[in-house]
Amino acid sequence: MKKLVKGNEAVVIGALVAGCDAYYGYPITPASEIAHAASEYFLALGKVFVQAECEIGAINMVFGSAASGLRTLTASSGPGISLKMEGISYLAGAQLPCVIVDVQRVGPGLGNIGPEQSDYFQVVKGGGHGDYRAIVLAPASVEETYRMTIEAFDLADRWRTPVFLLTDATLGQMMEPIDIRQEPIQKVAKPWALDASPESNRNLVTSIYLDFDDMEAHIERLHEKYRQISETEAQAEVSGAEDPQIVLTGYGISSRLLRSTLETLDARGIRAALIRPKTLWPFPTAIYQKTVKPGVPVLAVEMSRGQFVEDVRLSLPKHQVNWYGRVGGNLPQLEQIVAQVEKCLQEVSNA
Amino acid sequence: MPKIFQKSEAFFDTFERKPGFQKTTHYCPGCGHGTLNKIIADQVAELGIQDQTIYVGPVGCGVFIYYYFESASVSAAHGRASAVATGVSRSNPDGIVVSYQGDGDLAAIGTGNAIHAANRGENMIVFFVNNNLYGMTGGQLAPTTLLGQKTTTSPYGRSKSNDGFPLLVAEMIAGLEAPTLVARVGVNNPRNIRQAVKVIKRGLEIQRDKKGYVFIEVLSQCPTNWKKDPEQACEWIDDVVSKQYPIGVLKDLADEQGPQERPRKEADFAAVAKLLGLDAEEKTVDKELILPYEEMRFKFAGFGGQGVLSLGMMVAQMSMQYNLEVTWLPSYGPEMRGGVANSSVVAGKNPISTPVVDAPNVLVALNRPSLEKFGPLVPKDGLIIYNSSLIDQIPADLKGKVHALPATDLATAAGTAKAANVVVLGFIARLTGIFELAELEAFLRKTFNKPALLEINLKAVSSGWDAAGTI
Repeated sequence: MKKLVKGNEAVVIGALVAGCDAYYGYPITPASEIAHAASEYFLALGKVFVQAECEIGAINMVFGSAASGLRTLTASSGPGISLKMEGISYLAGAQLPCVIVDVQRVGPGLGNIGPEQSDYFQVVKGGGHGDYRAIVLAPASVEETYRMTIEAFDLADRWRTPVFLLTDATLGQMMEPIDIRQEPIQKVAKPWALDASPESNRNLVTSIYLDFDDMEAHIERLHEKYRQISETEAQAEVSGAEDPQIVLTGYGISSRLLRSTLETLDARGIRAALIRPKTLWPFPTAIYQKTVKPGVPVLAVEMSRGQFVEDVRLSLPKHQVNWYGRVGGNLPQLEQIVAQVEKCLQEVSNA
Repeated sequence: MPKIFQKSEAFFDTFERKPGFQKTTHYCPGCGHGTLNKIIADQVAELGIQDQTIYVGPVGCGVFIYYYFESASVSAAHGRASAVATGVSRSNPDGIVVSYQGDGDLAAIGTGNAIHAANRGENMIVFFVNNNLYGMTGGQLAPTTLLGQKTTTSPYGRSKSNDGFPLLVAEMIAGLEAPTLVARVGVNNPRNIRQAVKVIKRGLEIQRDKKGYVFIEVLSQCPTNWKKDPEQACEWIDDVVSKQYPIGVLKDLADEQGPQERPRKEADFAAVAKLLGLDAEEKTVDKELILPYEEMRFKFAGFGGQGVLSLGMMVAQMSMQYNLEVTWLPSYGPEMRGGVANSSVVAGKNPISTPVVDAPNVLVALNRPSLEKFGPLVPKDGLIIYNSSLIDQIPADLKGKVHALPATDLATAAGTAKAANVVVLGFIARLTGIFELAELEAFLRKTFNKPALLEINLKAVSSGWDAAGTI
């Protein structure tokens, strides 16, 4: 059944359909509708909802809840995610599955509550301490926010790892229809969890290994897992011209602007393709390398001062990868992107 | 002959912390932690709750308790044991949750989490081991360090001007409404230990009976960092420490308080669908709409309170019912509260790329700033509908086709100025030819439950519809 909802509410509905048992969070604009909807729906269904005393409290409640085997959700925006980072490192170290939503706003510091994509480094590269990774999904619509929330719980359980859903103020605040129906959910047994039963009586959930060799072995196990995730879970959508003169790339709301750009360029006789990563970690490097032919320039568009573009450049070391972005709460305008495309093509023809 | 002192059944047989040390803990000789661990294990075993018990270990001298207690365990980040224990407790309504924390953990970095867990009355028992300093990290000043006491970070003694006063945590917790039992005990002499056993047993019984939050502060000797031998350290608690931190029960509501059950339920899809009202949701209408533009790109703008967000939402809802792809994007936050608000709606038969409307093909401007801001962005083939009740002067640089609509006056005539947005709905439906009047009325009947309000809005929509007929 179709329902017109905000991206933030779609997160909560997706979580319910995925069988999420518990929500712990702290209010922050522009993510607060997630807490509003979670309090309304989780409490009505007899599930756990706790408005924590702080972001750090919330992520550590998530830790306790995930350690107990529950499908657990929390959500915030940039400043709150910064506070949660220590806890996320512990979650990754203890291999606890959970879903964390970052509805990105403007930074650094207090910034403002407009949309930006400047949490890329802290979320994708791991803002907490230590050698860990977290899966990062980047939806580009409200419907995809809903679907990816469900997928995030399955991925978290499958790989025993925290999974991020990286949206932004625009995706969180805008409404689009979502199609809600029963979905096949891949719940897995969690024999390691603490469930107050005689069977779990000796279970230990920890991230401490005092012995250096034991700790090294633990980190190696984590990284073997990360290698498998990199090989199997990277996703991107490729659209536009088969034989492009230029490849555009962007994630989340930026990719929606780029889809409009493709249409405008097509009308002006410029062949362009679009690569839209759906996972930011693992980064879909292989798809970039397969899609972008030698000599074809690339324009990465993001709402930050050059974070995402670094991963594009690492994926395409031999290509000219240009960057364009707007920050401060502004979205790039169509004509501005088109002008950048024309500039890129001009540079190529000059060279 | 029966053994009267033996290892508790709730301890592991051997402690696998370090090869060669399976019979000993990591606690220093004379430390109070070992005694406290034994009391807890003995009482857990005696109450037969070992299999339901989950220990939350801290960062500090208690960090290795999972090597000793034979129950489930989880290690928390520094200061966060009470928050982790909250998650464990809410997830396990049948569990017994023990949060074991020290001075740095509970009284410094994690004070907020500790206080709020207490204030929520979580079903958990918190052991707060107070040895006046940070033991594990090398004897630094803690909030509990006594005035004048020398530590590795108060080499001249704790000064009230530099470090403040010793923090009376048990007294703070006892001042809260929710906690069931709050006490301070000692483990430095047989009399104190006997009292500690009684209090801890009562605390665990409260947990077994789900009667809420228990806080037990334990004065514990730290010969190593106090630089005293074990005997002197035990005496120092009697002579000095307990003068600052008096031993005793500060609050006990266990006899008058019933269980604080927090049952947890699972919900299948049917329950979720029912809650979301999916079964009651209106089905889509099977009718091909004729659109004046391939993609409708609406901008609705006005003062906050003129209903431009809900106008956009009404158009979006109706578009969805007629199987169009649709997006609705609000302006929000301070911008919305400050005065000018707007919503953008994109609707069409193909998937929508950007939800941002830079160049609207239908602009509704309910006040002058909106017309001045967005009017010039409307292309030549676009429509500009402005509220002629409030705008007497239109900008010179408009390219689109301009229509004046006295929306506020018509709404006031219908019953309230607040219905100006519904007047506009009727006007643009007829002007663009998207929806019929009967369809608008059917939509309003579903939207407004109160009869009086519905009547006003039906009047408003038809006056807007009629106004478009004169064009």
